[in-house]
Amino acid sequence: MITRRSRRTLVAVSLAAVTAVTLAACSSGSGASSGNAASGKDPKAFTVLTANENPTLTAELKELASGACSAENKALPLKSQTVAQADVVQKVTLLASQNALPVHFIAGTAMVTPSGDLGKNGLVLNYEKELKKLGVWDDILPGAASTVTSVYGQMVSLPYQYNIEGIWFNKKIFDKLGLSEPTTFDELMADAGKIKDAGYTPFATDGKDAWPVTRLIGDYIFRSMGPDAMKDVQDGKAKLTDAKYVKAAAAVQQMAQDGYFGQGFVSTDAATATNAFLTGKAAMMYDGSWLLSNINDKSQDIIGSDNVGLMPFPAVAGGKGSIDQWPANAGAAMAMNPKDYGPKVGQWLKCIANNYGALALKKDGVVSGFKINKTVTNVDGPTKMVQKKVSDIKQTVLWFEALMDAKSTSLAQSNVSLLTTGQMTPKTYMSQLQAGIDANK
Amino acid sequence: MKRVFGDRKTILILLGPTLVIYVLLKIVPVMWSLGLSFFDGNSLSGFTFTGFANFGRFFTDPIAIQSLWVSIIFALLATGGQIILGYLLALLYVFVLRKGSAFIRTAVFFPMVLPTVAVALLFRNLVSVGQNQGPINDIINLFGGKSVEFLASSVGTMAVALVMTYWSSMGFYAVLLYTGLLDIPDEVIESARLDGANGLRLVRHIVVPLSMPILISSIIFSFNSTLKVFDSLLALNNGGPGTSTTPLTLYMFQTAFNYSDYGYASTIALMLTILCLLFTLAIFRSSSRKAEA
Repeated sequence: MITRRSRRTLVAVSLAAVTAVTLAACSSGSGASSGNAASGKDPKAFTVLTANENPTLTAELKELASGACSAENKALPLKSQTVAQADVVQKVTLLASQNALPVHFIAGTAMVTPSGDLGKNGLVLNYEKELKKLGVWDDILPGAASTVTSVYGQMVSLPYQYNIEGIWFNKKIFDKLGLSEPTTFDELMADAGKIKDAGYTPFATDGKDAWPVTRLIGDYIFRSMGPDAMKDVQDGKAKLTDAKYVKAAAAVQQMAQDGYFGQGFVSTDAATATNAFLTGKAAMMYDGSWLLSNINDKSQDIIGSDNVGLMPFPAVAGGKGSIDQWPANAGAAMAMNPKDYGPKVGQWLKCIANNYGALALKKDGVVSGFKINKTVTNVDGPTKMVQKKVSDIKQTVLWFEALMDAKSTSLAQSNVSLLTTGQMTPKTYMSQLQAGIDANK
Repeated sequence: MKRVFGDRKTILILLGPTLVIYVLLKIVPVMWSLGLSFFDGNSLSGFTFTGFANFGRFFTDPIAIQSLWVSIIFALLATGGQIILGYLLALLYVFVLRKGSAFIRTAVFFPMVLPTVAVALLFRNLVSVGQNQGPINDIINLFGGKSVEFLASSVGTMAVALVMTYWSSMGFYAVLLYTGLLDIPDEVIESARLDGANGLRLVRHIVVPLSMPILISSIIFSFNSTLKVFDSLLALNNGGPGTSTTPLTLYMFQTAFNYSDYGYASTIALMLTILCLLFTLAIFRSSSRKAEA
């Protein structure tokens, strides 16, 4: 709601903003300075811009500032700023064009890629190079590094989270109905049918945000055509209108038509869906490992953490993908401004790399992409389970919209409600999306 | 008084500051935006001159054309409903409730002061289905019907948006038109009654023609505000399902601030301005013809 209100205000001043932006643009036309990024100058404070929706990160950095990184904080005090997730692209674009980027900032996925607005203008620091110089590159888990590189095309984000996505399920309901973890999509559908007949919602689904539904389309595609399926689309080697891609959309449409997402899922929000799962009304829920913070919260988790299981998206019969290729992401892009990258910022970066992993796990049960340099005890059961699964992973896949531009991503997510309610055919859904991707080339 | 307004210096001192602020905050950005519509890009990636390419893009962009229609259809239906309901309410105040209308007037006007976003969230919950089913579907269930997911279809979303708009703004138009009706001299109505005009005939031949000026201004007022609809459709269903209830304003906003395409967004803004202008001109023309006749 806050977002919406601020949006409303924003549109009121949008015309004025456009003017301001343009004025600013004139002054900062020159860009590219990525070549000698390390020679930046230390700013007056270690300003960090994070999303409102992720208070954990802000809190943990503050904890570091008063604990393990107090020396760094004394030299360069931490200053926190936040922005609504929905306004990130707009705010960062504005700040960057006014030469006023914070030292460490959240950015839109498409902005930090080599061809993105920030990437093109040399406004994102190459962490791999700098962390190696600082001698702490080992603190980044190789899996997390490869996920960051494959999403953004370069190592320009710190993995404050390392999330895997899969199907959370209620073990109690599965036991009661005599079901075991399905390993193929057909089995999953058969189980969903039984669950529905028993009076539970098979999948609690946050259809309002749409991404949990588009993720299913993506996962189906990765399972049936292999981990490079979406990259092939981006590279023009395949089209979303090819029969196999359309089949993925059709499969998800069928799930909705069969009522597996529950009644009224199109307007169900994240909190309602999570609640349905954690109170035992729904048997499964597709979500990321960030759901751990809800599961570990005893006031929310009514079914008990012992009864929560996590399984990967199942294999598709005859598909090229494999069930152990988990979809993974490393949270929202958290980039650093090379112009501000001086020695003191470098010390902060080193300290974060050294200490963040253990702190996040200990304090909030967050599995990050940083190495855990201290032994952490009293880890909750579900967190341990996720940690185990993360450490066993050999190969990860991205998500459906990972490589798409902002507009195509928005199209994929807004049209999915038309697809699932049968107002749009799978073929039309995919062809509109393909047209969006083509238009951006 | 006449001497004061006859003095050029006074006029300059009184109007000057306001005029400067108006020009800086209104005219300059509008002109700037007009200029931007011939460019491509944003403040970070830089702007490249593309001539009329954005305009060509607008007319071949299916979402833009769809948004244009959403804006027009919403404006027509919302204006029609607002004015008709408002006028009926005004007639009710003047001819039926008379002096006792103060309470009803206030009650019907009240939703107008609520923030649109709050109203939209209220209506979202009224029509919701599933885990937190709203009262509308409870009533449908009570009569043996199956729950309807209004916000899953374009027609449903549009209908909810229109009902919401009527509910929140008819009180305002009722008060506006009510003041117009009060201006009709009692003697005229009295003499029409004596001549045998009653009920519908009185309204049609005496009341409507005599309240025409205020009716026309209300229509213009309503058209221009509903053509620019933004917050209600955004808060209700984010312009969805799909982009099927996305008005031009929302599409413009998304293009500029979510897709960082300031040039094209300015083009959309310009099209919206032209649309508002056309509507206003059309209404003025038809009304001046009526006034002559």
